[in-house]
Amino acid sequence: MKSEKSRRSVVNIGDRIFRSTTWFFAFVVFALVFLMAYEMLKGSQLSIEKFGFKFLTGTTWDPVADNYGALPFIFGTVVSSLLALLLALPLSVGVAIFLAELAPRWIERPMSFMVELLAAIPSIVYGLWGVFVLVPWLRTSVEPKLLAISDTFPLFKGAPYGFGMLAAGIILAIMILPIISSISRDVLSAIPDTQREAALALGATRWEATKIILSDGRSGILGATLLGLGRAVGETMAVTMVIGNRPEISASLLDPGYSMASVIANEFAEATTALYTSSLIEIALILFCVTIVLNAAARLIVWSVTKKFKTA
Amino acid sequence: MRFSKILTLALAVFTLGSASAQLKLNGAGATFPYVIYSKWFDVYSKQNGVQFNYQSIGSGGGIKQITEGTVDFGASDGPMSDAQLKEVKEKQGSAVLHIPTVMGAVVVTYNQPAAGKDLHLTPEVLAKIYLGQIRYWNDPAIKAVNPDKNLPNQAILVAHRSDGSGTTSIFTDYLNKVSKTWSLNVGKGTSVNWPAGLGGKGNEGVAGLVKQSEGAIGYVELAYAVKNNLSYAVLQNKAGAFVEASFESVSAAAAGAIKNMPEDLRVSITDADGKNSYPISGFTWLLIYKNMKDKAKEQEIVKFLTWAMGEGQSYAKDLYYAPLPKEVITLCEKKIASIGTK
Repeated sequence: MKSEKSRRSVVNIGDRIFRSTTWFFAFVVFALVFLMAYEMLKGSQLSIEKFGFKFLTGTTWDPVADNYGALPFIFGTVVSSLLALLLALPLSVGVAIFLAELAPRWIERPMSFMVELLAAIPSIVYGLWGVFVLVPWLRTSVEPKLLAISDTFPLFKGAPYGFGMLAAGIILAIMILPIISSISRDVLSAIPDTQREAALALGATRWEATKIILSDGRSGILGATLLGLGRAVGETMAVTMVIGNRPEISASLLDPGYSMASVIANEFAEATTALYTSSLIEIALILFCVTIVLNAAARLIVWSVTKKFKTA
Repeated sequence: MRFSKILTLALAVFTLGSASAQLKLNGAGATFPYVIYSKWFDVYSKQNGVQFNYQSIGSGGGIKQITEGTVDFGASDGPMSDAQLKEVKEKQGSAVLHIPTVMGAVVVTYNQPAAGKDLHLTPEVLAKIYLGQIRYWNDPAIKAVNPDKNLPNQAILVAHRSDGSGTTSIFTDYLNKVSKTWSLNVGKGTSVNWPAGLGGKGNEGVAGLVKQSEGAIGYVELAYAVKNNLSYAVLQNKAGAFVEASFESVSAAAAGAIKNMPEDLRVSITDADGKNSYPISGFTWLLIYKNMKDKAKEQEIVKFLTWAMGEGQSYAKDLYYAPLPKEVITLCEKKIASIGTK
């Protein structure tokens, strides 16, 4: 009797330690995020006090006069990420549909592997490829043609530098393609076969059935898109090597720009005054908030979709 | 078995113990002189047993660390301001001395086949190009200085550094001196609000931009240009002579600036006097506490600095740095002698 009771209490202690350790680890993750946010808030106090909301609308970035405004960087990040999304979305969804619906098993496996390999390539390697391959190609083959049609389509004006918003958008598109496509493929695979069979049984063509599946999985694909956008927003090295690093707002895609992550990477180490450092930390804070919001929204949407189909 | 374990443990403790008995000096700062400092630390510690630990986190970082007292010495491509010196005095209780160690220069590299290997530029033309006021290669102002070259009607693509850097600091300091418009609108610093052009990250970024884009012009460190066989412009100096950048003309700039050199050696030597001076030259400094709390470390630093002024200078040219001229070394030795005094 006594040995039974002591054996049970030994097992209970083991369980309790296990539970409290794992709780602690989960708590540490939360604490890290809050600590980061707190440190960034503390670090940007100086610039928040000095500029207030004008920081978000100011367009000058002058380290000599100690006058800072983040609008060109916010514009650069938003435009390059949206451009990347515009280019990557049709491709990714196409790849996802192909891999989930149409590809035979012997193609699907190696292709999925290759697509996910794209995600594993380091950002700086993309940047180097961009500088040595993409930019010269844009400068010699693509941008002169775009400039020729700039009268009918005023989005393309300026000189064919090669470097600029277009190059950044293309590189980011290649970088976010694997994320969007692999999550979309998972979402489409999670939709039960009964849906496809029902559509086909009612006489739908392959494409019509696929359209139905797509509309079922649309919120999951939206979640994947937001995740891709979240990555594009934070991408640093690849962007800074091809975007031209000029803090200017311009309507033309051929003009150089600057993104939030790039300016922090470029200027933080040598930031001379306290206000300069504080402004850069405030930009980091803005970037942090944007990324958290995008990622949180994306995760929630993707969970809700896969949960919906698992319980069905 | 047990004896060998004890033996290894004893050996480990002994070597650890003896390692900690060696003096270790920590420093941090500029990336530009990192190559030669590494060489110096290596050679010196083999001769004298003192260990050095240097982190090239940038001049800004070096200044910050010496203000916070986390390092024994700092290094910077740009001198500390009066406000920064006051802050160190308050926080660490000691003044900071600037000891120039080697020299660097900034050259203007370009990609214009029609200009050949010796494009001539005057200060005014260079400033106007960077202000965005001169936009084409066949501008009359450029033609006036290069009458024998047939430059095309091609747009000038200006390249500058996107990251904060001592190179930018020296270059903008020069433009600040030679162009009133520049000093009013832009100013000087490790990062500025560039009126024109694209930013490349690091010397490699600017050189890459220039090499790839026909019609481009940019500025890089002399050491980088020499190592990579880039062609760079011949500049007109203050005396009116056109001087090519070389280790000799850079050292001559320091010698030329000696007349106006302030006692604390915190001086910019761009646009120096002297007909052999290359106009965009600059020192890089070691930031040394005048009175350290640890006297043993202070003595070691003095010994090292004396060595750097002597044998150390002989390593400069092989590593593409310009050595200090002897006039400046004399001034440095006087400064080094004042370490530890009130």
